[in-house]
Amino acid sequence: MMNRLFAASFALTAPFTLLAAAQQPSVRVEPPQLQGSRPVEKQTEVSVIRDYLQSWKTLDTALNQNDASALDASFVGTARDKLASTIEEQTALGLHTRYTAESHDLQIVFYSPEGSSIELIDTVEYHEQVMDHDKVLADKPMHQRFVVVLTPSQVSWRVRIFQASSQ
Amino acid sequence: MKVVLASLIAVLAVLPTSARSQSGSMTLPPSVPAGSAFSIPTSGNGDGYLYIVGPTQAIKQSVHLGNPISFSAGDLYSAGAYLAILVTGSSTETQQLVVTPADKTSTLGFIAKPSRLPVGLHNGISGTVYLFDAYHNLILQPTPVTLQLSNATGVVQSRTVETRNGLAWSEMDSSAKEGAAKFIAKVGDVTSTRIIEQVPGDPCSISITAQPDGGKVKVQTAPIHDCSGNAIPDGTIVTFTETIGDKQSTVDVPLKQGIARVDMPAYKGSKISVASGVVAGNEILWEGGR
Repeated sequence: MMNRLFAASFALTAPFTLLAAAQQPSVRVEPPQLQGSRPVEKQTEVSVIRDYLQSWKTLDTALNQNDASALDASFVGTARDKLASTIEEQTALGLHTRYTAESHDLQIVFYSPEGSSIELIDTVEYHEQVMDHDKVLADKPMHQRFVVVLTPSQVSWRVRIFQASSQ
Repeated sequence: MKVVLASLIAVLAVLPTSARSQSGSMTLPPSVPAGSAFSIPTSGNGDGYLYIVGPTQAIKQSVHLGNPISFSAGDLYSAGAYLAILVTGSSTETQQLVVTPADKTSTLGFIAKPSRLPVGLHNGISGTVYLFDAYHNLILQPTPVTLQLSNATGVVQSRTVETRNGLAWSEMDSSAKEGAAKFIAKVGDVTSTRIIEQVPGDPCSISITAQPDGGKVKVQTAPIHDCSGNAIPDGTIVTFTETIGDKQSTVDVPLKQGIARVDMPAYKGSKISVASGVVAGNEILWEGGR
């Protein structure tokens, strides 16, 4: 539903805000501000953002269930390795975590000339919940800027770099 | 009554200590460079645990309140945002901790495309460079990156570009001369090299000559070059066409040592033409040996 809303609204004048369905994050997409690189076709922009938003759900599921195999749907390379390593650490410590996004403010900032990578900046409001077995250790709202690089795979874009940034 | 009072005083004397033993606080630095040694001062007394948890790392360390919590170099290495959770007895304190990438570039992610292209293409080669520290964190601090494209005769093009959001990119022209080119990305003493194969472009022109050979006609091209003078590689297909009236026959011949040759039936009045790719050559009207 969210994806359909998103795709349908994408043709509208940017920037725009989507009023999310229940329990879905709101998504605001700024017009791309590329570094003189290749322009992003609308269809590509829609696909990239759809797959990136899906990666947050994948992240939440994988880190909540401590299931590294769940990462494969959305993550690859360094991002996947780091998240999988966290899952190993969480498992060893008896922890699991929830990352629930409430809003995204997105902007594509680079599309490589040959089309093999795309970078976006996302300012995210989310809740991080840390649990030691069944006990909630912390549940805190977070406001962070993420730098994300995605690369195309067979049928979707997958996140290769996923890094929160203070800059 | 005295006994009760004494007991009450004893309890009151003990309570603050007991309460302190179950609570503590920590003073986090505003940010920590990835992989660096650091410590977190604590107050209070008693024991507890500090959890530092984010999407890209999770660690737990035992704590003696009142003493700093020390982290050795390499303990907390993944840049990002974390929750630092101090758990002591029934008390929990949660703060946010930011880990920044280290300043020093350790590795480059260098994407050079394409790996093979024709000579003489303006902005035909692109290079995108991502900068990483020793822990594979993307370095977001603007940093100059030098991109150089060179062939056997030396550096042909060089550009210095500052990174933005962790990456720098540039485009280069392929050279006029065929051959392998080195495409080098450099940040300080860290380099990454890719080889770009530059191949001849389309033929610039094709000319053929014909000689009688018994009942046949021998047709052959002059050596074929692109417009920069590079020899078109052997194996490139050249198509000969012979037309007489409304009949037409074609023969595809691969270039060998820069020349294509073919024997065709010698029909007086036939027209013999040649083409390769999008380039057409001259046409010969076969008049029987003239």
